[in-house]
Formats: sequence, C-alpha cells, structure tokens
Amino acid sequence: MSSPNFSATCPLPISQYPHVLMAHGGGGRLMHRLLEDVFGKAFSNPLLDTRHDSAQFNVPLGRLAMTTDSYVVRPIFFPGGDIGSMAVHGTVNDLAMSGARPLYLSSAFIIEEGLPMETLWRVVCSMRDAAKKCGVQIITGDTKVVDKGKGDGLFINTTGLGVLAHSLNIAPQNVQPGDAVIVSGDLGRHGMAIMAVREGLEFESQIESDSAAVHEPVLELIKAGVEIHCLRDLTRGGLASALNEIAEAAGVKIAIEQNAVPVRADVSAACEILGLDVLHVANEGRFVAFVPAQEVESALAILRRHEVSENAVVIGRLVEKAAPLVTVKSTLGVSRILDMPSGEQLPRIC
Amino acid sequence: MCLAIPGKVVSISGDDPLTRMGRIDFSGVVKQASLAYVPEVNIGDYVIVHVGFALSKVDEDEAQKVFQYLKQIGELDELKEPAP
Amino acid sequence: MKFLDEYRDAELAQKFAQEIHRITTKPWKIMEVCGGQTHAIVKYGIDELLPKQIELIHGPGCPVCVTPLEVIDQALEIAARPGVIFTSFGDMLRVPGSTTDLLSVKAQGGDVRIIYSPLDAVKIAEQNPAKEVVFFGVGFETTAPATAMAIYQAAQKGLKNFSMLISHVLVPPAIEALMSSPNCQVQAFLAAGHVCAVMGYEEYFPLAKKYRVPIVVTGFEPLDVLHGILLTVQQLESGRAEVENQYVRAVSRAGNQSAQDLVKKVFQVVPRKWRGIGEIPQSGLGLNEAYSAFDAAKKFKLTDRCVDEPAECVAGLILQGLKKPHECPVFGTRCTPEHPFGATMVSSEGACAAYYRYRRQGAKEMVVAS
Repeated sequence: MSSPNFSATCPLPISQYPHVLMAHGGGGRLMHRLLEDVFGKAFSNPLLDTRHDSAQFNVPLGRLAMTTDSYVVRPIFFPGGDIGSMAVHGTVNDLAMSGARPLYLSSAFIIEEGLPMETLWRVVCSMRDAAKKCGVQIITGDTKVVDKGKGDGLFINTTGLGVLAHSLNIAPQNVQPGDAVIVSGDLGRHGMAIMAVREGLEFESQIESDSAAVHEPVLELIKAGVEIHCLRDLTRGGLASALNEIAEAAGVKIAIEQNAVPVRADVSAACEILGLDVLHVANEGRFVAFVPAQEVESALAILRRHEVSENAVVIGRLVEKAAPLVTVKSTLGVSRILDMPSGEQLPRIC
Repeated sequence: MCLAIPGKVVSISGDDPLTRMGRIDFSGVVKQASLAYVPEVNIGDYVIVHVGFALSKVDEDEAQKVFQYLKQIGELDELKEPAP
Repeated sequence: MKFLDEYRDAELAQKFAQEIHRITTKPWKIMEVCGGQTHAIVKYGIDELLPKQIELIHGPGCPVCVTPLEVIDQALEIAARPGVIFTSFGDMLRVPGSTTDLLSVKAQGGDVRIIYSPLDAVKIAEQNPAKEVVFFGVGFETTAPATAMAIYQAAQKGLKNFSMLISHVLVPPAIEALMSSPNCQVQAFLAAGHVCAVMGYEEYFPLAKKYRVPIVVTGFEPLDVLHGILLTVQQLESGRAEVENQYVRAVSRAGNQSAQDLVKKVFQVVPRKWRGIGEIPQSGLGLNEAYSAFDAAKKFKLTDRCVDEPAECVAGLILQGLKKPHECPVFGTRCTPEHPFGATMVSSEGACAAYYRYRRQGAKEMVVAS
C-alpha cells in the first residue's frame, strides 16, 4: 500500500490557526475558510465543487446500495493506517459486501476543539488518497466542532453509495449447506497494531493494520460469474462475530478448522501475550465469502490475484440448516463452540 | 490462572539487579520485562514472562523431556507390537 | 513460538492420549487447580481425548473468580472517587461486584486504566503526583512477586500517591481446604506450573502425604496437560501418592528464591475469603507492617463489609468438583458471561465461562463437527 502523501503542507495559514477552534464550526468566516481550504481543496471534484447543500447526480439504472459507518479509532494514526483511510476503506468495504461498485461517499467530521490543524490536514489527505485509490468521490460533507473534552480528537462518519450491476442475492439468508467458507487473508493484524500503540500495553512489532479496500477482488468475482452466496467483512468482534451473525441470520451450522485459519506468527504471539483469541480480534481489510464447493477453485484463483486477498483460503464449511451454531476444530482435532466475544477485548493475565 | 509466555532475551539494560530490564522477543513481538528475579539470565536465554516479569529461565535440555518420554513410549510400543 | 508450538502437536497429543487409555483401568477424578489449565483443556478439547473413566474437575485456580465480592465492591468504591486513577489488569474490569463493575464505573467518569504490569502503575503514579494512583493487586503466587516489586519500588522512590488494593491468594491452603472437606471426591491434583515456577513444589509434599493424593506440577500447553494427566494416572493406578514435576523446563524444586524473598519482605500470610468457597485460613497475602502505608483499604478508610452471594449460584460446589457447570439450573439461561451470577462465570478462565463459551450443551453431549 502506498503511504499517503503528508508532505503537502496544510493550506490554512497554520501560523494563524495551529489548532481547530470552536469558531471553525461556528458558521462564520473561519468555518468557511476551513471548508474551502482544507476539505474543498483536498476532496475537490465536480459534484463537491458546486458547493450546494446537497450533491446532485445521475445514477445508472438498477439497484443501489447504501451504507453508513462512524469511525472513532484511537490513536488517530496507527501502524498501517489512520482514521481517515479507515473511514474510506470501511465504508467502501460495506458496499462491496453486497457486491456493489462504490461510487460516492459523504464525510462528516466531528472535531474536538484544539485538534492540531496539521493533524486534521494529514487525516484529510489520507482520506483523499484512499478515496482516489478506491475510485470513489467524496461529494458532500459536514463539519462540527465540539468543546474541549467533549470529543476524542476526531470522529468521522462516512456514508457510501454504490451500484449493483449483478442479479445475485448476496446475503446471509442465501447461504446453503455445503458452501465453503473462504477468508480473504490472515487475521488479527488491525486489532494487534492498535494494541501495540495503546497506552499501557505498548510493544514493539512490525505488525501493521490490514486496513484496506476489498471491493476490487469482490467485483472481479462477480464479473467472472462466481456464484457468491454471502459476503461479510470482518471488523470488530473478528471472525467469530461475523460467522455467528451469519449463522444466526440464516439458521445454520458453520464448522471451521483452527489449523486452516491464516495468522501471522507475530500476530499470534501478540495474542498469546495479551491472552486474546485471534478469532475475536478486529480486522479492517478482511472478509469471508460463502460459495458453493464447485466454485471454490475459481474464487480462490481470482482472490489470490489481488494483493489485498492474496492469502485467501478455505477455512471451513456450512454444515447444515440447523439451530445457529459455529464450531471450530482445535489443533488437536476436537470441535468446540466458537462464540461471539462478550464485549470489548480486554487483555488478561490469567 | 497465570498467563506466562516464553520469550527470548534480546537485550539487557541496567546494572542494579532490582531494576534490570530486558527486551524479550516473542516471535517478532518485543516487550520489556523486569529481569529482577532472574539474575542468572543472559542475552539469548529464553525466559517465562508474566505481567512484565521474567519468572524463570527455560531449561532447554529439560524442555526436550516431554518428547523423550514419548519416544520411550513409542519404543515400548514397538517392542510389544511389532509393526504390521 | 518456540516452547509453545511444539507442545501443541496433534500427533504427539494422540500418543499421550493412547498411553493414558492403555494404562487406565479404573475411574479417577483429577482436579486441575489452575484456570489456565481449565482453559487449555476446554479450548483444545483435551478431555475429549481421555478415557471415559477419567473425570477432570476444574479447580479454584483463577484469581479473578475467587476475588470476593467485598473486595470488588471496595475497588469500585475507590475507582469512582474523584482524583483517583484506578489501575487494573484487564481481567478484573468486567467482574461484577454486588451492584456494578469497573467498566461501568469508567463509563460514569471514573479514571480506570488497564495496565499490563504492576510497574506501569508505579510509573503512572510518578507521572501524576497530584492524583492518587491505586493498583488492584490480585493473583496467585505467580503474580505476587510483580506486585511486591511495585510496592518495593514505590517505597524506594518515596511515592506517597501510590497504593494497592490487595487480594492475593495462595494455592496450597486451598488444596488443603478442598481435601479436608468431607465431601471431597478429588483423587489427584495437577498443580499449577507457573505458581510453582515461583514457589517450587516442596510445600506440596506434606499435602500428598497427609491426604494420600498424587500431585503433579503441570504446564499449560496441551502436551503438558496430557503428560501431567498421564503421570497422575500412572501414580493412581499403581497406588502411589507422590509429588512429581512435569513442567521441568520452567519449574525447579525450590522455585525462584529471589522472588520468594521479595514477596516475604513485602507481604505476610493472612486469612482470605474466597468467592464461592468462603474464608480459608492462611490462604492470602496482605502487606506487612512496614509497607502498610501502601494499603489502599487503609488509605481510603474502607470499612469491612459482608456481601451475600446469589443464592442460586452453585459456584462453590463447582469449585470443589461436586457439580459441573451445566448441572446448575441458571447456567447459560439467566447466568451468562454478560450477566454472571457467581465466581465461575465471571472470568473467562472460570469453569462456567469456559463451558459456556466452548460447549453450551454440556460436557459429554457436546456438539461434534462432522
């Protein structure tokens, strides 16, 4: 992944306003300058440049997909990414999970008073670069500034709009007994990259977040006519939560094998140290795909052509329509229930 | 009850035995740990780390014991039931 | 990881299991004392590899589980105070006291921080001289050297704004309490490897002799646990009751002397109430006189209190091996990891939580993926 270009200096006269002030959200001249010089400059495109209250555009005939997500990651910059690129990737990925081609994003910023202008600029640049790379345009937005202590630096919400150019029904309800469960790459990198820089838990490692957009391999699967039954991106709660959600929505039993799940040695070691189960750890650039057994070979061949899913592999299968259940076969060959995590992943000593 | 993980000592800092710290490598993840309780430990040794403290040095010869034991069982089996 | 992965080998695990099958002729009840071993047993399905005659009983070796409600309530009271930074291992944050938990106190504005090592709490105290920094010192003998060092260093540095709420517990008195109970069905123990890495295993000889039980110091990886069970069954089948050490790569007979020395310097043995079991004499560690200035309970003038545990909870019986989690009427229905009733559901290492997470259906009717 190319690193975002931070070398461009912030266009706002920083000497004048090194930090975001309440007035930057107050509707007056300062806010106008912030919108024009920071957001307007970075995200510039014909639709945004009209500076209308709402962006207007034509859509191709067919179905649309729409999704929204808010991003509150701490720290704002982490190994392998930042809140800006994540806010683009996450929403693009949510669109991709219905097989949609992502077209447009909105972006709403909630900024805590006092945030360094340079930080905001870096985040905005990172969003711009990520959007460009994903082929999406940020066509409308909003900015609010909240009092010091009433926010955590910076929150971003993005809404995404995409178009569906296929007639598949990609949804949990469409999974079938015998489907193979494919995971698009190694697990746990995002969660552990964040842990590594979290106050009180710091460790040195080469682990970078897997934050990335996954729409390209998905669209190619669709283009190639692979019969995809369901897609789900793995975010908070990890693989365990995603599979349990699907099992519950569809009323099925899913069985996976621990040995088949790809995990890097350093990620695995970090999980050992903190007492976490990698199947519960967050990812930001991984998804699972349910496809019929006869489609596995072609699906894997396509996924492996893309860097973001080059380590795609089959980790299990859908056993039957039954009471919702996910099981994992341990390295010793014994099956157990794989449950959702109870809540936030807390490191443990015992 | 007590999560303790083996790692390799890659560097040591401090002379005072009570505040001696080591950087411990766990398969590419490096964390600081106190070496106060393992004064005998040197760079390259494996230690078992719990809540930021090395509690014992891994005895690399003894670590083979489990496998040797299995080997013995295997040999016994072979004596009893010759391979088909 | 070296010294971990090789102890998870499926083929070698099968070999151990076969050997255990070969030598087992009678039913035996073996208690793994330590929650870490319970975790490994349930996570890897080790008990499924064993002969039906061997029943594993999940012991009280989880400090999170056995920390009494009263102490949790004290922690909650301190953490909610303004001007306090309350530091804790992540394990304790979800553990409910009689009304709430630390995560909820944090949500209501309490400054509650997760740390990895007790020394981090000392660092926070140095960096925040205007705040009172309190560390929740829980754990068995394994963790005591770390908390002892934190207190010792805080004293050396002359820190006045650092204290600890201590609920340290000791393994041998708990084994003694279990064995002396008239209902006790445990015939052998897997002793906790990491506790013994600190303490050695000499204190287990009198127990093995007095109660005629084999005690095998055992590690935490699947091959360790299986090897430990094999050594235990060998003793049981041949009528021996000895102390053996399976975990030789980390445990010596005398243990870690310098760690024991500092623990003795800072702490003294005290009676301690165990959640789910009750008070056990001489089963805990508290600060000794010289370091009593670091006692958070004294510093914050907390009063002793007594809180009853929910009547329906059978945690005590489970910790003694008299009941299995799924035999409890509220297990998995009203009592879940999100809403735990008692000791054994509160920690992910607790027997009930482990059963809930890995096998809701109960031990032997467990779902087996085809």
